[in-house]
Amino acid sequence: MVWANVTLQGILLGGLYALFATGLALVFGVMRMVNLAHGDLGILAAFVALFIVQSLGLPLLWATVLTIAIMFLLGYVLQRGLLNFTLGTDDTRPIVVTFGLSIIIQNALILKFSADSQGLDAGTIENISVKVSDQLSIGWFPLIVFLVAVGVIAVLELFLARAKLGRAFRATSDDREAAELMGINNKHIYSLAMAIALAIVAVAGVLLAIRTTFDPTQGSFRLIYAFEAVIMGGMGSMWGTLAGGIILGVAQTVGTQAFGAGWGLVVGHVVFLTVLAVKPSGFFAKTVTA
Amino acid sequence: MSVVLELKDVDVFYGDFQALFNVSFAVEEGMTFAFIGANGGGKSTLLRTIAGLQRPASGHVLFHGEPVDQFPAHKRVGMGIALVPEGRRVFPSLTVRENLLMGAYGGRKGDWNVESVVELFPLLKPLLKRGAGSLSGGEQQAMAIGRALMSNPELLLLDEVSLGLAPVVIKRIYEAMVQLVGSGHTIVVVEQDVGHVLTVSDYVACFLEGRISLEGKPADLSSEAITAAYFGM
Repeated sequence: MVWANVTLQGILLGGLYALFATGLALVFGVMRMVNLAHGDLGILAAFVALFIVQSLGLPLLWATVLTIAIMFLLGYVLQRGLLNFTLGTDDTRPIVVTFGLSIIIQNALILKFSADSQGLDAGTIENISVKVSDQLSIGWFPLIVFLVAVGVIAVLELFLARAKLGRAFRATSDDREAAELMGINNKHIYSLAMAIALAIVAVAGVLLAIRTTFDPTQGSFRLIYAFEAVIMGGMGSMWGTLAGGIILGVAQTVGTQAFGAGWGLVVGHVVFLTVLAVKPSGFFAKTVTA
Repeated sequence: MSVVLELKDVDVFYGDFQALFNVSFAVEEGMTFAFIGANGGGKSTLLRTIAGLQRPASGHVLFHGEPVDQFPAHKRVGMGIALVPEGRRVFPSLTVRENLLMGAYGGRKGDWNVESVVELFPLLKPLLKRGAGSLSGGEQQAMAIGRALMSNPELLLLDEVSLGLAPVVIKRIYEAMVQLVGSGHTIVVVEQDVGHVLTVSDYVACFLEGRISLEGKPADLSSEAITAAYFGM
């Protein structure tokens, strides 16, 4: 029963990892850009929410909604005003620029908020749980996080599959120039993709901040977990990213249970490297067009 | 007849390499204007320049008498200029229907829709739900032309539409071209294969190393003159 419990916790944790990874996968899918600042932008969102709660005194729910809107706008402006100029000729340019962005965000957060750990308080919801059996209970909050992740991914998949704009995202991903010949302004499409990615990572950042303490340097870890989830799940499939997040979450919680605290992360990385060695395209990869 | 498209002294470069030299011509409404010439002659560059994918270093592209040089490709589609690019460039992860709908993305008004495209190319009808990447070359070409028509263009630019296709498919595509001109479209077509294109075009220009080496009505040009202009002999 202990193992069932541990596995269940891992699955729920995987939802949070997937939420961090979804935006990364979307941006890579639409514009083949690796955003190394993705994790830091999630942490930035957590600090934005913290700032709104502390200085404006808004309730957490409204602060979250406002944070999502702010991150959406920031995503659009960041892509349109900066990152679009790094795309095109040389694949290393966006990597270098987003790496620099990551450093800037981390240090700006340290300047403004110090390196201390912070937390967002969601009240009683954080501590209550639902009892499945005598030895098995699920915390409400991890369950909500997981359901939010499933919901976000379902909506995003539906958007990509059915909406006119979602179709434009896929067409641009297939062939940027041909999409331009259809009347699509790819600069606008890329900026919208980044806006959506940052809106989603804002949700992830706030949920992380409620679940655990956070500080300005956490973004790098989030980025690594997100990469691992995306790669294990396979490029091009958001449900695959969820599966990748779950595999990572379960590997970490089971690893901690089996070998003790601290080993969970190691087991997570080992499982990732094993998947990378055995099935480098991931489990649910759709055909990625060149 | 009013002039739909005009190029004035257009020079185009790829880096240091000059692909077009001082190209000028005019295309009248309802006309089929053909560019022939060997590989690397600058024909595709010419169509890309008209569509807005390539910017001229000097000279102007005029559409209905107005310069369109400052408009990027995605704006020119909305003005009524559609390019069927070389190599078809379908969206492989989209279905045939979705590919066609992408053509209508700009929302320009007109008569073309999925039904009328299927009427023009009945071979597409059973394929609408198929992934475009799984189609044969001829099917993809028909779809690519249909996709361009979905934007309701006035001016249709066709780049090497017969390349690599079976003769029966080429025949169908050229029949469709005649139908399109009949319904008021203006067409600029680029081909390496001279035979077919001379039968449908009103005016032909031969490209050699980035310059127009010969031009005129097909009836006025002898095959010797065309061969000479084509190969630069």
